[in-house]
Amino acid sequence: MLETGVGHSPLGRGPMVPEPFEVTSRRQDTADTWTLELERTSGDPLDFAPGQFTMLSAGGGGEVPISISGDPDRPERLVHTVRAVGLATEAICAADCGRVLGARGPFGVPWPVEQAEGADVVIAAGGIGLAPLRPAILRMLARRERYGRLVLLYGGRAPDQLLYADELGAWGERGLEVLVTVDSAGPEWLGHVGVVTRLVSRAGLAGGDTFAMTCGPEVMMRFTVAALREAGIDADRVFVSMERNMQCAIGHCGHCQLGPTLVCRDGPVYRWSELAPWLAIREL
Amino acid sequence: MQTIEKLIASASVFDGLEREQLEVIAGCGRNEHAESGAFLLREGEPAARFFLIRRGTVGLEVQAPGRTLTIETLHPGDPVGWSWLFAPYRWQLDARALEPCELIGFDGVCLRGKCEADHDLGYRLMRRFAENLVDRLQATRLQLLDVYGHA
Repeated sequence: MLETGVGHSPLGRGPMVPEPFEVTSRRQDTADTWTLELERTSGDPLDFAPGQFTMLSAGGGGEVPISISGDPDRPERLVHTVRAVGLATEAICAADCGRVLGARGPFGVPWPVEQAEGADVVIAAGGIGLAPLRPAILRMLARRERYGRLVLLYGGRAPDQLLYADELGAWGERGLEVLVTVDSAGPEWLGHVGVVTRLVSRAGLAGGDTFAMTCGPEVMMRFTVAALREAGIDADRVFVSMERNMQCAIGHCGHCQLGPTLVCRDGPVYRWSELAPWLAIREL
Repeated sequence: MQTIEKLIASASVFDGLEREQLEVIAGCGRNEHAESGAFLLREGEPAARFFLIRRGTVGLEVQAPGRTLTIETLHPGDPVGWSWLFAPYRWQLDARALEPCELIGFDGVCLRGKCEADHDLGYRLMRRFAENLVDRLQATRLQLLDVYGHA
């Protein structure tokens, strides 16, 4: 398992001190979501593993945990897809090219892309949950020959709210089976309409030693995991990415406690068999 | 060419039915083709038939002032239409072929009559359709949660 970024800092600043990153490109994905590309002002690459996150901040707007959505084989570019839902994320999304943001990290337990080598892999994403899975997709496609079937099940609210729409086709050409569904659509949409859980049965998964990685709203993940389990995938091979109130990101403050774990330190990626007992406790 | 009985035997909505029961159901069905854009069902019209999709995609649609909303798509193996089973036997939605579709169309009135005459067939068929209803009701509840609309 990859170590977290605790204590990592080439400048010797310590994990609680943000480093400056300059915005080099900014693209609007949907009505409320932007993708920013950043470069460390020192010029050093920021190595990360798929599924890890940084604590990102724009001036005095506060600091938020944002999953890295870039290509892990191109660590010179730190890519974040951010949904503007509060003061901090609105300030980050509004950052134009040339603006300097602060970032700490990378932190957290990554997706098991190396463990999954040799097996089929199904990736189930809902809404902006595709962003934390994008590095895993890019890493596995870069090493396509090491995997069996690679299947992406992606659900969104509406066609105009799908992320990376221009990349989905290209991923398909590189060996990823892509099934997309939306909750509702107009007649111009000729794809699936319905919840992402219904794609599980359509995918014809083999069960057995298939690995599953899922990220999205917690309710969506709960029902998706139920469908994946019904398809025969072992709970030990199902991984989910959790979200909680992460603040220090190094396991000190305790704000992100989930059962006996701290999401910033022990997550955000968890094995379902280890997490399920805690999620079964209401209001935890 | 496969018989209708063989074609429907692999559909989950007829799963578990005896061969004789499948023969009875097949006797109410026939192969049909729908061009892209053709309506299979229209809201408010009498519900006397239903379909099993063999190939293609069918959209369930609701007409609203100035727009048409697709609320679910159905695919090979899915049944299209429940209202033929329940009074007042009128379609609640439109169903439209989103691409050229191969279907088995069933005479629902004929099949209802056979279910009345053979309650074992009626019970098994109703149970299968109820499972399909529950599955899609659960999916609809998830859609209603609008989980992607909330951060």
